[in-house]
Amino acid sequence: MGSGFVTLFIVSLIIFAAIAVLPGDFAKVALGRSATPETVANFQRSLGLDRPVTERYVSWIGGAVKGDLGVSFSSGPGTPRTVNSIIGPRLKNTLFLAAIAALISVPMALLFGIIAAIRRNSWLDRSLNALTLVGISFPEFFVAYVLMLLLAVKLPIFYSLARITPGMDVVEIAERLALPVATICFGIIAHMMRMTRAAIINLLSSPYIEMAKLKGTAPWIIVLRHALPNAWAPISAVIAFNLAYLIVGVVVVEVVFVYPGIGQAMVDAVRSRDIPVVQGCALIFATAYILLNLLADVIAIATNPRLAHPR
Amino acid sequence: MHIDHAHAPLRPIKYRRSRLSMLRKNLNRTSWPARIGLAVVILYAVMAIFAAVLAPFGEADVVSTEPFAPWSLVHLFGTDQLGRDVFSRLIYGARNSVGIAFITTTIAIFIGGSLGILSAISHPWLDYLLSTLADTLMAIPQLIFALILLALFGSSIPSIVLIIAVLSATQIFRLSRSLARNIAVMEFIEAAHLRGEKPPWIIAREILPNILPTLLAEFGLRFCFVFLTISALSFLGLGIQPPSADWGTMVRESATFISYGNITPLLPAIAIALLTVCINFVIDWFLDVASGLRDDQ
Repeated sequence: MGSGFVTLFIVSLIIFAAIAVLPGDFAKVALGRSATPETVANFQRSLGLDRPVTERYVSWIGGAVKGDLGVSFSSGPGTPRTVNSIIGPRLKNTLFLAAIAALISVPMALLFGIIAAIRRNSWLDRSLNALTLVGISFPEFFVAYVLMLLLAVKLPIFYSLARITPGMDVVEIAERLALPVATICFGIIAHMMRMTRAAIINLLSSPYIEMAKLKGTAPWIIVLRHALPNAWAPISAVIAFNLAYLIVGVVVVEVVFVYPGIGQAMVDAVRSRDIPVVQGCALIFATAYILLNLLADVIAIATNPRLAHPR
Repeated sequence: MHIDHAHAPLRPIKYRRSRLSMLRKNLNRTSWPARIGLAVVILYAVMAIFAAVLAPFGEADVVSTEPFAPWSLVHLFGTDQLGRDVFSRLIYGARNSVGIAFITTTIAIFIGGSLGILSAISHPWLDYLLSTLADTLMAIPQLIFALILLALFGSSIPSIVLIIAVLSATQIFRLSRSLARNIAVMEFIEAAHLRGEKPPWIIAREILPNILPTLLAEFGLRFCFVFLTISALSFLGLGIQPPSADWGTMVRESATFISYGNITPLLPAIAIALLTVCINFVIDWFLDVASGLRDDQ
């Protein structure tokens, strides 16, 4: 458990170091060339850039813990724009999109992975393998545009833009999010399925499975009662690992489908070099990633008593 | 050799195969996906090297007064938003997109591979230091980390190459470290130590030949990841900057045309997808050959 928080601390240091090693003076860049030294100094003071690095880190991380991520560089002198006001409303949208994608892809990947492992080398396994190879090697934006071309332009079933407004009912939201969710799922199901299949096949070759087979146990009971309880640890690691792909997928998909999420906000901020917003988004993504990995470790320990007592 | 007893069945003499005949044998044994894969990879390489000869128009030349011209004989795939020839830009894109990904992967495999081997055979404290560093860098999702660093250093080709190379090197470091550790405990390494061989000799003559096939396969896989990451960055407008022709950037620039049912924006994306699939085919075949399991059957 502790190691997760240590990692989080180091990650926050790395993300913060972004400001400390900043090449060039961002206040000058933000205000343009005509800014006088006084306005630059004023602007720096209002953003807190004139204070020492350690003090800035403490106040930044202290604020982040309390849910305050600082002030965006895009705020003009006198009109502060907080990072929260930029990414706050978008965070909910991204979490919503990611949660739906995860809820659909995780059970499907597990199901297909287990089926492929049981019916190894059958035509089903081979075609699933070919499909996952395609899912792994195609860029997200390619899958997104092909889906958009087929299912939104040629056959207008879904919408090519995922603009959602408050007050939409569930059916309409589902229609608008169908293509982004499908794009994300395609990529991560492929990754997850391959690794689940490998984990199960690895287990199926162990002696106690052979024993169960020799006893005449039915194949599905072998998998569900004998293999699966031992497979939870590798599978949960696989799932946590693949949520990194989920994050990447979310960023690209949000840009393709013009979905108002933090991935898009982060890309915009990188383009305008609005460091506080980039830091805020990165901290959120990294925290989510580390917490999920931690959860995978906890599941691994909970399902395998041997891990509860470290050597 | 005298043939005194011609009636006795002579066993054919088994010559040691030359490298060329080994290569021919391995090529004959390829499955059709691997053949297609190899052909496509070679085609891309030719396109990248001879782009200036093959392309009918220049990379950034405005050759038509008509932006977004339809497909025609003069402009095979039409023109883009500035009136540049899409077909020519696709060919130049092979040089830019594939070339930059190739350079990046080479740097990454060099850094990751050498540090990994070094880490496996040197003092435990250095091993610990390097491993901790790699683990920390891997604690942040790669694309997010790349975005932070790009915000910092701005997107220019050298900074993209270095950022992606260092981030990918962490994975290669892990692999080469564990591979080299397995080899480093073997008896023949100890024998070399006892003979008084120096570490550079041991690395070059004993460890490297044993882990090279796996590292080469990793090069291919890593190339796919690097290529996809750089394409995604370019697509997001943060990678290779215009006017250089790059496939990710080209998709981004013409993406609005998808809504009119035009497939021109998909061409560069297809080029990316085709290459990654084909490289995967080649890697599968290569691993098959390198493992030597089917040799002499």
